[in-house]
Amino acid sequence: MAMTRPRTLFEKIWDDHVVYEEPGSPAILYIDLHLIHEVTSPQAFQGLREKGLRVRRPGQTLATMDHSIPTVGRDFSLMDAMAVKQIQTLEENARAFGIPLFNMFDDRQGIVHVIGPELGLTQPGMTIVCGDSHTSTHGAFGALAFGIGTSEVEHVLATQTILQRKPKTFEVRFEGARPEGVTAKDMILALIATIGTGGGVGHVFEYRGDAVRGLNMEERLTLCNMSIEGGARAGLIAPDDVTFEYLADKPFAPKGKDWDEALKRWRQLPTDPGATYDKSVTIDVSRLEPMITWGTNPAQAIPITGRIPDPDKEPDPRRRRAMERALAYMGFQPGQQLLGHPIDVVFIGSCTNARITDLRMAAQIFKGRKVAPGVRVLVVPGSQQVKRQAEAEGLDRIFKDAGAEWREPGCSMCIAMNGDRLEPGQYAVSTSNRNFEGRQGPGGRTILASPLTAAAAAVTGKITDPRPLLA
Amino acid sequence: MEPFVTLTSKLVPLPNENVDTDQIIPARYLKVTDKQGLAEGLFAGWRYLPDGSPNPDFVLNKPEMQGRKILLAGDNFGTGSSREHAPWALMGWGFRAVISTRFADIFYNNALKNGLLPVIVDEATHRRLFQLVEAEPDIEVTIDLPSQTLRLPDGTEVTFPIDGFSKHCLLKGLDQLGYLLEHMPRIEAYEREHPPRFDTRVLVRR
Ligand code: SF4
Repeated sequence: MAMTRPRTLFEKIWDDHVVYEEPGSPAILYIDLHLIHEVTSPQAFQGLREKGLRVRRPGQTLATMDHSIPTVGRDFSLMDAMAVKQIQTLEENARAFGIPLFNMFDDRQGIVHVIGPELGLTQPGMTIVCGDSHTSTHGAFGALAFGIGTSEVEHVLATQTILQRKPKTFEVRFEGARPEGVTAKDMILALIATIGTGGGVGHVFEYRGDAVRGLNMEERLTLCNMSIEGGARAGLIAPDDVTFEYLADKPFAPKGKDWDEALKRWRQLPTDPGATYDKSVTIDVSRLEPMITWGTNPAQAIPITGRIPDPDKEPDPRRRRAMERALAYMGFQPGQQLLGHPIDVVFIGSCTNARITDLRMAAQIFKGRKVAPGVRVLVVPGSQQVKRQAEAEGLDRIFKDAGAEWREPGCSMCIAMNGDRLEPGQYAVSTSNRNFEGRQGPGGRTILASPLTAAAAAVTGKITDPRPLLA
Repeated sequence: MEPFVTLTSKLVPLPNENVDTDQIIPARYLKVTDKQGLAEGLFAGWRYLPDGSPNPDFVLNKPEMQGRKILLAGDNFGTGSSREHAPWALMGWGFRAVISTRFADIFYNNALKNGLLPVIVDEATHRRLFQLVEAEPDIEVTIDLPSQTLRLPDGTEVTFPIDGFSKHCLLKGLDQLGYLLEHMPRIEAYEREHPPRFDTRVLVRR
């Protein structure tokens, strides 16, 4: 029997989903699950209508509302007219095309990348797309998941396929024992600081190594979530017992005999010994500290006890200019230590860090403490299910007793489309994923961090190392 | 989609590196349900002063920049979100091509699908272009898609990469959906061999 060439996890999923590939053209790739939200879908449905097309596989599609909906409460009066029109448009499109939708009043609603995994729709070996770049999140299950533009949303709606050029592979090894207080968020920020925001362009990450194996499922979701911030459209982790255990009781997980068969399939997915990657990097996790960003892209990150680098020491003139611009926007100085720097707002939420284990981490710090005077704290659960679970565990009481706002699920201040936003010049420590200029509101200054570091800033009113606060 | 063959234009220089899609079109402009009106939000964070009036120092607001069709952007353009509103906004303003050393993957693909040509040049050419526009802001360059060349005012030609498929679609103004629909029998055959393992419609409440 001919030996098959050893393949990576990515190659196996890719090969399984290529419908057809004409020489010189991109492959036609089959999509198993298509997730939809209100912001990037209206023009796609409009395209279908203009061309007289229907949705090919409504049963492999799920829509939710998350980006532009209010989180202070669920009421149209809290929204501007354009946002109302946008969610009504999704409502109409879902009805007209037969797609299941969790609207903003639904008790299953949540951020699109939180609800896929919690329903068990996200499964190993699948292809998953959504008109949202953080679709990479779902790669934590060993699924090939990536964000697409609205034209491609239309392509998937109409044909359940997409045209794709095969990306290259990039092995990211996290090795060593993870110190106390260092989270998955710190690991991914450390990676991006190492390779830069363009480091993964054209590639798919595969996260490997003992420090990845040691992460629970939700930490893995955080890691894969920010793959795009390193330039890679997707990031994958091979499924293992942690994955299977997490999936087993989810509503859409296969049951009985189907489960056994699925397990057999999924166990074939991990990268074969001897398979090679186009690029590789290793991060020693044992040397990491909690990470924070000082600039206006996620690669501009430093260990919390570190100092902001000096642009004058940067040999590349373009990187130097980018650093200078970022420092000017953020109001920071070269060589400055950020520890102790006062902050105005803390945002705990987003598809990066708003799952139950993230909220538990934050609550650990809030417990028995108060939000520092003058600081505004928003805690925004990732989904209705996360919210219910947190309330059952009494986490909401801990946040509220401390003086934080406990919100309805949604993207909220991660993207600042719904009225939750920073005032110009305000500093926010945020558990979200982008610190771009104005991302959290025009003129707002974002410092990305883990839920532990964000909570530590909330109770002290300044940038604080969370480790001494962990009892 | 409008075909793209050749384009001669003056340049709008925007040297900022790592311009992300939140810079190209901030999220507050994404509440539209069509593709119109986005030009107004293009580079809004830089283009308008806090009181909403145009910032006279920002390049796009200079009278001589109006009508130019090529954006000369800094290194690594279009990182961040998947919003196709970014190329829609650029095209809405009148751009048909963007020149940079590197583009983020999703932006690159989104641009091509809308007839906005991302032109990748090497760092030396990139530097040279900025030097040229600094010395003489009104220089014209020509982008010739069939030969994949960018012609500088002194006649120098540099080639740029583009995959054959996207090039063909751009030259002909073809929509990629048409290509997929042509292959529907293959998609149907694939689906027969790979029946779906779930049906999300069980989630619909009556
Ligand atoms: S939480 Fe933020 S990053 Fe995640 S889907 Fe919403 S807007 Fe995008």
